[in-house]
Amino acid sequence: MSEELLNIKNLKTYFHTENGIVPSVDDVSITINKGETLAIVGESGSGKSVTSLSIMRLIDSPGKIEEGEILFNGKDIVPVPMKEMRALRGNDIAMIFQEPLTSLNPVFTIGNQMSESIKLHQKKNKKEAKKLSIEMLQKVGIPRADKVFDSFPHSLSGGMRQRVMIAMALSCNPQLLIADEPTTALDVTIQAQILKLMKNLVTELNTSILLITHDLGVVAEMADRVVVMYAGQVVEETDVFTLFQDPKHPYTKGLMDSTPKIHELKDELSSIPGAVPSPLDYPKGCRFIDRCPFAMKKCAEEHPNLEEILPKHSVRCWLHEEKVVDLHDTKSFA
Amino acid sequence: MTQNHLLEVKGLKKAFDVSEGFFKRKKQFLYAVDGLDFFVDKGETLGIVGESGCGKSTTGNLIGQLLEPTEGEIIFQGEDLTKLKGETLRKKRAEIQMVFQDPFSSLNPRMRVFDLIAEPLRTHQSLSKQELNDRVHELMDLVGLNRSYTNRFPHEFSGGQRQRIGIARAISLNPKLIICDEPVSALDVSIQSQILNLLAKLQKELNLTFIFIGHGLPAVKHISNRIAVMYLGKIVELTTKEKLFQNPKHPYTEGLLSAVPIPDPMQRNVEDRKLLEGDIPSPANPPSGCNFHTRCPYAQDICSKVEPAFEEKEPGQYAACHFPLNDGKGIISPKKEMLIGNGIFH
Amino acid sequence: MSHESQAVINEVSEDSIRKKPSSFKRWSKLLLRSKTGTVGLVIVLFVFLVAVLAPVLAPHDPAAINAANMLKPPFWMEGGSTAHLLGTDNLGRDILSRIIYGSQISLLVGITSVVVAGIIGVTVGLIAGYYGGFIDNALMRLVDSFLAIPTILFALVILSVFGPSVITLIFVLGATNWVNYARLVRGEVLTIKERDFVRAAHSIGVKSNKIITRHLLPNVISSFIVISTLSVATTIILEASLSFLGLGVQPPTVSWGSILSDGRDYLATSWWLATFPGVAITITVLGIIFLGDWLRDVLDPRSKAK
Repeated sequence: MSEELLNIKNLKTYFHTENGIVPSVDDVSITINKGETLAIVGESGSGKSVTSLSIMRLIDSPGKIEEGEILFNGKDIVPVPMKEMRALRGNDIAMIFQEPLTSLNPVFTIGNQMSESIKLHQKKNKKEAKKLSIEMLQKVGIPRADKVFDSFPHSLSGGMRQRVMIAMALSCNPQLLIADEPTTALDVTIQAQILKLMKNLVTELNTSILLITHDLGVVAEMADRVVVMYAGQVVEETDVFTLFQDPKHPYTKGLMDSTPKIHELKDELSSIPGAVPSPLDYPKGCRFIDRCPFAMKKCAEEHPNLEEILPKHSVRCWLHEEKVVDLHDTKSFA
Repeated sequence: MTQNHLLEVKGLKKAFDVSEGFFKRKKQFLYAVDGLDFFVDKGETLGIVGESGCGKSTTGNLIGQLLEPTEGEIIFQGEDLTKLKGETLRKKRAEIQMVFQDPFSSLNPRMRVFDLIAEPLRTHQSLSKQELNDRVHELMDLVGLNRSYTNRFPHEFSGGQRQRIGIARAISLNPKLIICDEPVSALDVSIQSQILNLLAKLQKELNLTFIFIGHGLPAVKHISNRIAVMYLGKIVELTTKEKLFQNPKHPYTEGLLSAVPIPDPMQRNVEDRKLLEGDIPSPANPPSGCNFHTRCPYAQDICSKVEPAFEEKEPGQYAACHFPLNDGKGIISPKKEMLIGNGIFH
Repeated sequence: MSHESQAVINEVSEDSIRKKPSSFKRWSKLLLRSKTGTVGLVIVLFVFLVAVLAPVLAPHDPAAINAANMLKPPFWMEGGSTAHLLGTDNLGRDILSRIIYGSQISLLVGITSVVVAGIIGVTVGLIAGYYGGFIDNALMRLVDSFLAIPTILFALVILSVFGPSVITLIFVLGATNWVNYARLVRGEVLTIKERDFVRAAHSIGVKSNKIITRHLLPNVISSFIVISTLSVATTIILEASLSFLGLGVQPPTVSWGSILSDGRDYLATSWWLATFPGVAITITVLGIIFLGDWLRDVLDPRSKAK
């Protein structure tokens, strides 16, 4: 039986804007086991990034974690003081971002920034920190690591910078790596390299990964389990194979149908009509109702709950209330 | 080559001056586009793909007359656009239109939807108020925008709707050619397919010709008849979609195809994928000979010395490679799929 | 906004459409929603009315010298009287009346010179930024050479050649001010020019003059408004220093600046001479700044003021 590393329970992160309250993360519960890669898939406005920032406690005003628990190794980290949280960040939970250039300070060398965090978290002296940094740079496949150690971020390519970020993130052997769209800004041949690297490192170091992405291709390659988010909520959760073979939420199904099929010549691209509803004005019932081809009367009236309709397969949809419906062969999207 | 091509590009080059320092004597040039030859026929879609620095957007801007080429000809309907100047060029622009990548910056934030869509019409046609109204409404219907939105500002719309406004502008003058410069890469997945389907629908209804630039093969594949693959300012392979995906001739095409993550977890551990090693070299300092030799798994001595010619390796399949692949690994098996005719997707 | 869009929106009836209300209604609604905007407008209107109605409002002739009433303090102080609410100056002239009349010249000079400077500066900035190259270089060197001449020296030369008058004053102040706008606008244009919507306009074949007026100008106007409201203030004060040097408005005409500079010698003994015109300047300037701030928000379609 796998051990639980992170357990998010009923997390609510709201942003208090001038126009009203934006429930970016609205009652989200997620668990990640040790050594597991969990992907959160969603489009803009789904709340996937805010979920990850909430775990890091990096939510700034006007945002606030309103409710819920984030249990990391069994301990709730929502109420812990910032000082303790800073020790946790980097050491136990590390994060890599979409745009590696903006997450590196342009006025310090790569080595400076890497050894800084190693010295801080691992109580190592300068020499040891440098040695470990260079080791890590080599591990992420950077040629001439000692040279890169002394160079500035701007002199590296996008792919190299993302490798540096991964090296930095993994240098303290974190138990959880949060990767927020780690390859979105990269070219596709470089993306393939980075994904392969991450996969190898996970197996080697047994790190858990929370992978945040909008790309179903990346999910299919990397994830063990998948959480699909829509409008601040989890709408479907299951293992990656089940999800792709047998999606149960109309949104998941629509997302798959609108992804171009690169390995088939004849591709019919259906699309989900409309757009994500404004977070200031979510419908009373299901938040996907305006775009859903299966919408029923009940969907407009009552907000569906996330129910485990099959073993280890949860869906937030009224469609499966009485009996589980197979969406696989339906061509319901235009 | 016949004269029937809508657009024909010959030896197109664009150099940017990247000399550093104020007093540096030696001029340095970056060839963003370094000798392109291709044509586009009426009614088809030519896809251009490549990674950053390959010059695909520069190519679009050159054909769209937003940049002046350093060398070469752009022959549009038998007329060399590079020779046009001033008012003749301005009038010609009505026939070549562009759709831009970022729907957030490509619409003037201070103009209302009506004025945005009416702008090209006001520029090139003198319509009465009523005619203008009718035409704008007709365009809004065509691209699927609610007519009641005429008085709104761009910031009130989502990315997908803004891109629809951009498309309405582009088709308003019934152009012969539309250059789509990564029109969906800034959009969400579910919205991307809406826009792609809209473009395909408009192409059919209005008999449009597209040059579709994209950094991702998936989107380009969906809409294109033929695809040009660019690498460091040059076209390395140009052929029909079917040939490109089933039997690529150039090792870079093969690598590019392999790198696309397949949205099917059952295929994740297929180990015979050909992942390219190394980084994309800087276009300011491209490698000698074949500029792909630094990353090419099949590179030989000659590749670093002699630049391969861009020639027809098989009927209708052009590539620039000394050792074109005979059993190039496409990601679509030719046996499984039947070839489909040009332009018929649905 | 164009009449076409107005017509269009009227055609579409029901639906959940945001209708465009008539301009006056819309503006007054927007104004009332912003407190600072309302305060600014009230102040500016008040000062404007005072200037227009000066002959009616002023209790005394602003130039009437009365040796018997010299340096009287405001009415609430010992020795003050309600006949001279804000006291009198060293020549026994009524300060309140002088401030009321002074508003005419100060507003006229302050606002017109900024408008003149704005028109020149914005035009030069737009042209230099848009066309670039030689035109840009030539215009910007001209701007630099204007900046190199000290304002006071420039004013001295012009005023001594043409003689001091309100018109020359406006010209001098405008001529020293436009360079700031030109530089500001040029800088803004350089960044906006690179935005996609300007490229998009080019790709459509929009003419240069239309690109400048429809795409560039509306997007630089808000920074212009902020700077220009601030510079109405500095202009009023600059006019004061010119008056102090005897180059401003000539007696018997009064401006706030001239009252202020007249009162400077008496600051230690009779503070009211310089303080009240100073307060008038401060309040007016604040009003203009508030109004400018609000205007900038309203002109930006993305702003929350809507």
